[in-house]
Amino acid sequence: MIYQGKQKIWSDYQKDIPDDHWYYARSCIRQNFFPASEKYFLEIARKVLGKDICDNEHHTTCGGIAYHSDTIPQETAMTIVARQFALMSECGYENLVVSCITSFGNYNETIETWREFPELEAKIRENLWKACRREFKVPKYVAHASDLIFKFRHEIAAKSVNRLVNRETGEPLRVVEHIGCHYSKMFPHKGFGGAEYPCVLSGMVESWGGQVIDYPERRHCCGYGFRQYHVKANRGYCVANTHKKFESMEPFHPDMIITNCPGCPYFLDRWQYVISEQTGKTYGQGGYGIPVLTYEELAGLMLGYDPWDLGLQTHQVAVEPLLDKIGVKYDPAAKYLGLNKEDLLRPELPTNMKCH
Amino acid sequence: MDFGFVLNPSSTVDLGKVDTTLYDRLARRCPDVKTCMACGSCSATCSAAQYSGMSVRKVLLGLQRGNDVSAMLSNCMLCGKCTMVCPRGINTRNLILTLCRIHDGEGSK
Repeated sequence: MIYQGKQKIWSDYQKDIPDDHWYYARSCIRQNFFPASEKYFLEIARKVLGKDICDNEHHTTCGGIAYHSDTIPQETAMTIVARQFALMSECGYENLVVSCITSFGNYNETIETWREFPELEAKIRENLWKACRREFKVPKYVAHASDLIFKFRHEIAAKSVNRLVNRETGEPLRVVEHIGCHYSKMFPHKGFGGAEYPCVLSGMVESWGGQVIDYPERRHCCGYGFRQYHVKANRGYCVANTHKKFESMEPFHPDMIITNCPGCPYFLDRWQYVISEQTGKTYGQGGYGIPVLTYEELAGLMLGYDPWDLGLQTHQVAVEPLLDKIGVKYDPAAKYLGLNKEDLLRPELPTNMKCH
Repeated sequence: MDFGFVLNPSSTVDLGKVDTTLYDRLARRCPDVKTCMACGSCSATCSAAQYSGMSVRKVLLGLQRGNDVSAMLSNCMLCGKCTMVCPRGINTRNLILTLCRIHDGEGSK
């Protein structure tokens, strides 16, 4: 197909993603922050979309956090990445799908660096062999897990039982989408829409019936930025970034926030509590906060999974107002029941933000 | 609750809400202030700068942002070295002197 004019320009911002046979690279922190997101990505990809995805128990962290915090040199980070590639090669896969945004940036940075400096790749191959006697092939394709959900968003919409529509008013829900910086700002051509028009999340929201909010600080960082948060003395700066975003989105009355990064949903969610304790201000309706969901959790809700199975009770901001708006059925009594109905105990309640 | 850190105050300057009355008065009496490009040559050559924090550049920036600059003005010795180095030829000594008079209540005259 020959593209012309605006169609051609827009085609430069797109990327072709292989349909099937993926090796899944998990995140080291997402399983703690939002424990069911990765589980339900695999569930949706395998059972709903019928894709072949390999999940390897020998996988480790990509080293991205240590690398971006300047605690390990790049060569060490590259050797860790090379080991992940070796695991993928041993399993017989060539397409890598990455759960974490920082890992996505890290894998792409490693591959791009090797492309520019082949002698470095040779050295890393030697390091890996000396360290654990493994060999690897560079992946043919590296995608973020949200790319896959974006690619198959219409299929998910066709199979969904819920829509991002207010059940009472019939209006589309107003959604803030926040894309991780390492998705679209490190290697813009590796993401859908590039750095200027990243559409990976807005595409999902629109397909599932919601309305995306365009607010002034839409592309501002969530505030995590490893070195800001990891040093306690800098956390005031970290929360100030998040505060700036919330002040900017507040006039647009968002119903929810969707993210595709491990850090962003965590900080946009937890910092609402900290801001409410320090300033007394909440940003949702009726004293609640604005629910922050990962794209897997939102896809799971659309497909009719139980919100407590999706791990929505582990969020700081209560999700019940959002569930009520969409019309998702849930059992309030089962909110804090874990596996085999084991009681997970109740968290302490915030002073200013309503949570139930 | 004590988290061990507090929300950093915002450094955002909302120009729509800034009170620039003093700057406007100064600009009426010394129009050349508008030609300042904030290069900082005046501050670099200022004898009082390293002892008192005096900076003509900061004074003008503070006025444009509606901040109180009177404490800084009181440190100026009116030596006029800043006037000699200004690449835009602004009479900065006269600027400071005028600003002091405006602060002393002569601005409306």
